Amino acid sequence: MFYRECGNFKDSYASDMAIFPIPLDRWGFTVMLFLAFVVIPLFASEYLITNIIIPFYCFALSAFGLNILAGYAGQISIGHAAFMAVGAYSSFILYGRYGIPLIPSILGAGVVTAAVGTFFGLPSLRIKGFYLAIATLASQFIIEWVIVHVEWISGGVFGTIQAPEMYIFGWPINTAVRKYFLALCMMVVFMTFGKNLVRGQMGRNWMAIRDIDYAAEIIGVNLYRDKLIAFAVSTFYAGIAGALLCFCYVGAANIEEFNVMTSFALMGMIIIGGLGTVLGSFFGAGFFVTLPILINHSLAAFMDVVPSDILSNIEAIIFGGLIVLFLIVEPYGMARLWHTIKDKLRLWPFPY
Amino acid sequence: MNEKPEPLLRAEDIHISFGGLKALDGVSLEIYPGELMAIIGPNGAGKTTMLNILNGFYKPDKGRIIFEGKERPRHMKPNHVAAQGIARTFQNLALFTGMSVLGNIMIGRTMMMHSNLFSQALYWRFSQKEEIEHREAVEKIIDFLQIENIRKTPASMLPYGLRKRVELARALASEPKLLLLDEPMAGMNLEEKEDIARFVLDANEELGYTIALIEHDMGVVMDICDRIVVLDFGKKIAEGTPEEIKANPEVIRAYLGTAGG
Repeated sequence: MFYRECGNFKDSYASDMAIFPIPLDRWGFTVMLFLAFVVIPLFASEYLITNIIIPFYCFALSAFGLNILAGYAGQISIGHAAFMAVGAYSSFILYGRYGIPLIPSILGAGVVTAAVGTFFGLPSLRIKGFYLAIATLASQFIIEWVIVHVEWISGGVFGTIQAPEMYIFGWPINTAVRKYFLALCMMVVFMTFGKNLVRGQMGRNWMAIRDIDYAAEIIGVNLYRDKLIAFAVSTFYAGIAGALLCFCYVGAANIEEFNVMTSFALMGMIIIGGLGTVLGSFFGAGFFVTLPILINHSLAAFMDVVPSDILSNIEAIIFGGLIVLFLIVEPYGMARLWHTIKDKLRLWPFPY
Repeated sequence: MNEKPEPLLRAEDIHISFGGLKALDGVSLEIYPGELMAIIGPNGAGKTTMLNILNGFYKPDKGRIIFEGKERPRHMKPNHVAAQGIARTFQNLALFTGMSVLGNIMIGRTMMMHSNLFSQALYWRFSQKEEIEHREAVEKIIDFLQIENIRKTPASMLPYGLRKRVELARALASEPKLLLLDEPMAGMNLEEKEDIARFVLDANEELGYTIALIEHDMGVVMDICDRIVVLDFGKKIAEGTPEEIKANPEVIRAYLGTAGG
């Protein structure tokens, strides 16, 4: 009743192959864009924008990158935060040290990260599954070590570079709203590109490799090439996301932001959100970015009664409990939950 | 069939062993353009191994494979063999279960799609045009195999018989010069077998595909095939038309069995 697919006749393959073939979905998407581009910058508080929505966008982008690799191409990487770090540092170096304009620096950071990611993707040509997971975990520690210990990159043992002043064509990006727009535009552009990739030939090749690799090879998919492309694209996204996160949210490139826990959080995002879906990347990032803050705020009411150390533990317990709960309710992630809701809404409230 | 044309594929003296087991021991066979040929034999005779060698999945220990007059390099990867124009289906289904039927069949055309990563990301002009072009070709195959009603269904939700048909569609989508079918009718009931036999025949006669298939149902094999090769314990024991095979004492001993015996 409320979700209508019928009465929507397609007369060309182009309209059948559109991203949103159903008008209702198109409207929904337009509303979301309107919210993101108009309502949030106008009405949201600076705190909300800087501390919740910008990291949400960045992590959604990064989670989507990991989703390309793990959800679509079936190659596990549990060192993905390290690639975000590569993106963050290389964008700061390109922009701050070599004076390359901001957008090209961020894109360049993506390219640098893609190169590094392709290198660490090489083991995937020989191993898969758990073994590959461990090999990529090594990339996390190797990259962290290199960034901390090579002074040329991090400028010292603390591994922190302060963000330089940001300008696009001489226009300063210094307020929360401007940073928000930078993050939003990059996110929308690259999400669109990514969606096009995963629904096109490359996406099909990736999914074929994920499902049955030998059958994919026999039908003519070049396994080696496409696996490495998956690594390159995925880490490109991680690099962009890492750069944006540091430019727009943290204000510094700091290796502590991208430790192994962040890698696990990214993995958690795509599993909770839904492997192999674009929507799932948003859900997962939303879950991991906003929920701890929400829990924290709702627990603040008990501040006077309960000691703060116990309170922070309770926070972690509730968050962990929610992860388990979501996985029990819907093992295929929130994106699947969303589809189930849509299926129900098709008939609701007149199911007979 | 005395004056035979140049074979499309010739396998010469193929040897392969797994550990101590000689799976294929000096088998030679030819596949001629336009024919529908069958490889039969008891379980463990090396039929599937032969197919695996033909499409580059296994490397033979000894022997040569000549496709379209050119000898295949020893270590050719399966995707390069596919690019030469050899497609196959699998005995135990190998559909990509995470994709829709349409996606599965579109994969068959992966070798014919040439737009690069960036144009795919933009999904603009060339890439979109290419996608639609190939969608049209795929729709023709969907039409040919009568699976229009399931084109958007996830492959994981299909029943067995339809999965086999979708796999055939995927192989056909790559427009192969040689199509290898590994037990396309295994585990089907009579009606489904008749359907698949019809499709295989149509693909051979109407669309002109050269097909080599492995099948255990002798009724079907004898009915639809032009030529039969019989393997037993890694050796070729007979080759000929269905009538010749039916009358061959060696084949009867090894495989067909005698009536009442």
